[in-house]
Amino acid sequence: MITITYREAINQALVQEMERDPAVFVYGLDVADHKRIFGTTAGLVEKFGPGRCFITPLAEDCMTGFGLGAAINGLRPVHIHIRVDFMMLAMNQISNMLSSCRYMSGGKLKIPMVIRAIIGRGWGQACQHSKSMHSVFAHIPGVKVVLPTTPRDAKGLLVSAIRDNNPVIVLEHRWLYDISGEVPETDYTIPIGKADIVRKGKDITVIAVSWMNVEAVKAADILQQKQGIEVEIVDPRTICPLDEEAIISSVKKTGHCIIADYDWLFCGFSAEIAALVSEHCFQEIKSPVKRLGFAHTPCPTTRPLENKFYPNAVDIIRIIEDKLDLAPTDLSGEEFYSHENKFKGPF
Amino acid sequence: MTESELNKQLYKKIYTIRMAEEKIREIYPLDVMKTPVHLSIGEESVIAGVCQALTQKDQVYGTYRSHALFIAKEGDMDAFFAELYGKHSGVAKGKAGSMHLSSPESGFMASSAVVASIIPVAVGAAFAVKYKREDCVVAVFFGDGATEEGVFWESLNVSCLKNLPILFVCEDNELAIHAHISDRQAYTIPEAVKPFGIHVYSDKTTDPSEIYTIAQKAVREIRKTGKPFFLHLKYHRYLEHVGINEDYCHGYRCKEDYTEWYGADPVKIQRDKLLAIGISEGEIRSVENAADRSIEESVQKAAEAPFSDTCELFEDIYA
Ligand SMILES: Cc1ncc(C[n+]2csc(CCOP(=O)(O)OP(=O)(O)O)c2C)c(N)n1
Ligand SMILES: [Mg+2]
Repeated sequence: MITITYREAINQALVQEMERDPAVFVYGLDVADHKRIFGTTAGLVEKFGPGRCFITPLAEDCMTGFGLGAAINGLRPVHIHIRVDFMMLAMNQISNMLSSCRYMSGGKLKIPMVIRAIIGRGWGQACQHSKSMHSVFAHIPGVKVVLPTTPRDAKGLLVSAIRDNNPVIVLEHRWLYDISGEVPETDYTIPIGKADIVRKGKDITVIAVSWMNVEAVKAADILQQKQGIEVEIVDPRTICPLDEEAIISSVKKTGHCIIADYDWLFCGFSAEIAALVSEHCFQEIKSPVKRLGFAHTPCPTTRPLENKFYPNAVDIIRIIEDKLDLAPTDLSGEEFYSHENKFKGPF
Repeated sequence: MTESELNKQLYKKIYTIRMAEEKIREIYPLDVMKTPVHLSIGEESVIAGVCQALTQKDQVYGTYRSHALFIAKEGDMDAFFAELYGKHSGVAKGKAGSMHLSSPESGFMASSAVVASIIPVAVGAAFAVKYKREDCVVAVFFGDGATEEGVFWESLNVSCLKNLPILFVCEDNELAIHAHISDRQAYTIPEAVKPFGIHVYSDKTTDPSEIYTIAQKAVREIRKTGKPFFLHLKYHRYLEHVGINEDYCHGYRCKEDYTEWYGADPVKIQRDKLLAIGISEGEIRSVENAADRSIEESVQKAAEAPFSDTCELFEDIYA
């Protein structure tokens, strides 16, 4: 094992796959400038040349269809958006073309395309630079949706995504780039469709998405120390396809389910999990499923409102106290995450 | 308006924009403005010159780089700085920040930080103006990069097809973040736009009064014919794409370009112009002092103002 950051993990996956398979190429706005998409595309243009790593005009919709055209001809495009919000311009290609092209060919065409996009909270990013949108993508049959949290998952899942013969959307929370963690030194993959039990526990299940795993671990640490509560955290890692079994068996064991999503709740992934739990754990569940996620508003700029918009570890703690009838946990002296106080791992 | 009055007004706009941006550069490291800023330094002539040719009733639409537009369209300076500070007295109570400024009261209707996405909105506004037979025009400001988006061409087509009273102002700094125009475009903007049958005028002057004259002709033409007009105006972005620093050290462009453009700096040109037409140093100083004072006062008020209460998060979503 070696310890690397999430940013390096993404970069290593790209380098490794481009070396392994000449059909893999990387493109998008900013991929070859000096900032290199938060460092994740560092070294690619130098190593593989401008034919395999190139910037594009501002033309998200076109460049998505372009990727589809390349993919049905045997190439393996990796298209990158520095914010998922800009990917919205490509929703036509994603929802009408990418998702359905194989189906419309009666299974004759393959679409080995990856779209990476950066999601989530930064610093005063407001409503057009901070969305998540995974629920919307996962709503569309024909695309897979992946949200890795750890360096190990980021590398292993991106490799799987590139080798997959279907369109895979990989969503990376920008605060995760600084997290470090152990990854195997040898070639490995993490299967798409397999959840990770981030932490074992018997008292309550938290299903956490992307950055919310960091918040959930923080909450679980505090509750362990101060209340003696064992929280089980399940990171679905890929929300489509979804590892239903992992979620169901955890909730059956603990009898309580909280979904800490990183998206709006209404018609979202969290509602999907609540439905799943209700269908499969009706006998075992001891309290109603509880969801937390973005406030149902556009994201505001100013910090006090931004703080209220995003869910965090304290919200998770308060919900768990409520569910398990605990006295309020003393949070004095605890440090929580913010832009200035980012979690740097190891995870 | 007399020539000297006009030039004084233009100078006031340009100087205020420059000094407001410099003030932001000074304050920003204190981390009291928690909003990414895309500064307008270098761009002042284009914005001020065009806005000077518009009336208060005329509408403007902009991008994330809209500090200059807000000031040139005479938005409220207290509300401007308060918005950057994220305070309740800001134009949008802190919800918009620097990237989504507006001032509907003064005709700056909206802006967007998703490139080119404001352009069709402005076309729709021009449609409304025509529909309601109002006596005003709509101006939409966007960068060279925005012309690469499909929606730009769709908007151009619709506005020409429907003969709408809209002024397209393409502010060409040859960059989209760090990418040079030659690595992004297979066309030259004015040439590519012409086949739509639109009036096109292209210039690289940084002289505010020249741009005013150009814009005035364009706006007159729109008022007369009811048809769209396209201005393609070049400028040099002095600072990094987003943030308060210079970034020539990163090698994607060179400092010599800056030196050349700085030779024709909008503020200097307009100040010299005032002197040349006989306005005294003292009179210029008093324009400058008034602008400095107004900025200082607005900043002071913004710093002291309260944040919105957190329940404000849930307001303003639906009418
Ligand atoms: C649809 C979309 N794609 C990408 C971005 C990221 N982005 C922000 S500004 C910018 C450059 C735009 O260049 P230009 O239109 O020339 O405006 P300038 O910044 O030079 O004023 C890009 C690519 C975005 N905001 N929206
Ligand atoms: Mg530009």
